[in-house]
Amino acid sequence: MNIVVCVKQVPATQKVDVDPVTGVLLRNGIDTKMNPFDLVAMEAAKRIADKTGAKIHALTMGPNSAIEVLKESFALGADEGWLLSDRKFAGADVLATAYSLASAIKAIGDVDLIICGKQTTDGDTAQVGPEMAEVLGIPHISWALELEEIDDKGLILRQDLTTKDAIVRIDYPCLITVEKTMYQPDLPSYRLLKASKDKKIHTLTASDIDGLDHTRIGLDGSPTQVEKIFAPSSNTETQVLEGDIDTVSDELYAILKKTKLIKEEA
Amino acid sequence: MHNKVTRQNIQDIKDLLGHDIVIDSDISEDYSHDEMTIYGTRAPDLVITPKCTEDVSKLLKYANDHLLPVIARGAGTGLCGGCVAIEGGILVDMSHMDKILEIDKKTMTATFEPGVILMNAIEKVSEEGFLYAPDPGEKSATIGGNVMTNAGGMRAIKYGVTRDHIKGLEVVLADGSVITLGGKTSKNSSGYDLKDLIIGSEGTLAIVTKIIAKIIPKPKLMTSLLIPFSTLKDALDAVPYITNLEDVATTIEFMEKEVIEDARLYLGKDFPNKDYNAYLIVSYSGNNKNELERMINLCAELALEKGAIDVFISDTEERQASIWDARGAFLEAIKNSTTEMDECDVVVDIDKVADFNDFAKNVAGRENIRIRSFGHAGDGNLHIYILKDDMPDDIWQRKAKAFMDELYEEAAILKGQVSGEHGIGHAKKAYLKDSLDPAVIELMKKIKVAFDPHNILNPAKVIDIE
Repeated sequence: MNIVVCVKQVPATQKVDVDPVTGVLLRNGIDTKMNPFDLVAMEAAKRIADKTGAKIHALTMGPNSAIEVLKESFALGADEGWLLSDRKFAGADVLATAYSLASAIKAIGDVDLIICGKQTTDGDTAQVGPEMAEVLGIPHISWALELEEIDDKGLILRQDLTTKDAIVRIDYPCLITVEKTMYQPDLPSYRLLKASKDKKIHTLTASDIDGLDHTRIGLDGSPTQVEKIFAPSSNTETQVLEGDIDTVSDELYAILKKTKLIKEEA
Repeated sequence: MHNKVTRQNIQDIKDLLGHDIVIDSDISEDYSHDEMTIYGTRAPDLVITPKCTEDVSKLLKYANDHLLPVIARGAGTGLCGGCVAIEGGILVDMSHMDKILEIDKKTMTATFEPGVILMNAIEKVSEEGFLYAPDPGEKSATIGGNVMTNAGGMRAIKYGVTRDHIKGLEVVLADGSVITLGGKTSKNSSGYDLKDLIIGSEGTLAIVTKIIAKIIPKPKLMTSLLIPFSTLKDALDAVPYITNLEDVATTIEFMEKEVIEDARLYLGKDFPNKDYNAYLIVSYSGNNKNELERMINLCAELALEKGAIDVFISDTEERQASIWDARGAFLEAIKNSTTEMDECDVVVDIDKVADFNDFAKNVAGRENIRIRSFGHAGDGNLHIYILKDDMPDDIWQRKAKAFMDELYEEAAILKGQVSGEHGIGHAKKAYLKDSLDPAVIELMKKIKVAFDPHNILNPAKVIDIE
């Protein structure tokens, strides 16, 4: 059995400057770390591998310097490291990233389970995992809170549906994205780090992947563009409407119309 | 002998200081104890919340003239009953004098009022790019309380304790006179160092009203190593070798599986590794990655050579929080796991920590009592807690006393000291007296009398005069 864990190098601090012209995060020269959600994905992979004897492959897309995050994956228990790196992949949005990573997973071959962090701390979209599953044509469970059961056919998970949890079974091959609270991740092991010092990292370029559609990768393959980057703000305003059903629904309808959340039927 | 606080005294003090800083009714229960109620509780007769040095000065002059006991208190986080008005009297709550008066980059000093909370001091100094190096675990203590107990903490191995970072003090003497000891200068060989006498005196010699502390450039990076061992003895035996490395570790802490489990239950948060019996946490700080990596590699290699099972690397904010949040919660977690506890804060030579800890465990095993221990392996300061659980009161009191007696006796044999960082208060007075040469105790008494001839300042603490 093979598990791929998608990992990403993200800025180690929240204070990252944004290029005022392109809106791209200025990553050069800043300290990096493994995306905290991906640490949990690695931990989940280890627990599954402990039960199934699976091999853990860490996969990342990025420049050569992203090798660091793969080395860290070895110190966290990954058996193989895969770097998807080519200038042609640069500037990818979530869709192009998902397509590129999914193509790399096909190139790795015989993958039974893909585990991603729910989201990254720099992009925060939580879209790449589910989009990869769509590209690969396999089922996925996003926002997994707990791994309830593990066997050689599939997993039973507790999934966060925001207002409710669902207990779901999913069979391999599949993809899951994990919440940060699933596990307290282990710290990197010095022994493993040392043992993997000379370990080869598999590098995949665009030309190494058979059948890769070059119109779906990089900046050119990205239908979305970043217009503005800002720190997410959370402002949950609650308004309670009271009264009988007719009054309340009229009031609700008026509010939704006023806030332009619905349009009046023509 | 002291006088009891009378209605007339209260009226006089109100007239002297103004009604708004005098509390004479509905005195909060908090004022009757510190963190260790086991050492006795008693409500003070009167509470004063001074806002300035002058308030303290006026009060002390009055109290000295009328022979009224005065007990200074910070945040009440002490562990030896030091701030409890055990014989009644006037409690002076210094927590309202809480201004950070100055951060002077040129002389690299920070000037605090005594009521500044430690975590606020650390944060403010850090915002300016500096480090206030002492690192006592109880971050909600006041700086004044830290000075009065000469609080130690986790970075003592590299930076020393509170005393090593205090350059000057403004204090009010028992008769109300205000003096300044030391200042911002880096050196001082000018006569007896009275400032150092005041530090650690637990409010028995004077009341501190201003503190000039040393600040140092803040290291940019810190990495901690969580090092598992099969036994605590293996872990502690490795410590003297680690301290001999060319780079001085910032902290070397020890802990066992059980206390990690207590912290997990208390915080509701998992520790990153809990598979092994004993752990060291060794931290290094530096200014660039390569420098830090070299330190880590040297320590990791040595630890493995000395029997460590592995070495786990904590190098990001999240990872540091995952181990240090747990470490910071040990005391409360242990407290939470039992009905009552007593503690011992001895300090021994660092190559004797393992022996002392083994001794404590053997006694606990023999007497069938549950204990927990953790502490500062790098400076020999252990915290051993004896837990009451469901023991009946009389058996508990007998067993706790017998256990502590044996521990302090063993500490004396090993040439250790009664308190590493928590102080004496009234809880450890007898042990202090037994542990020191009578000539030393006599000298301490003379010093006390020289500062406070009528014994009004925190009477019956540290040493008995009568």
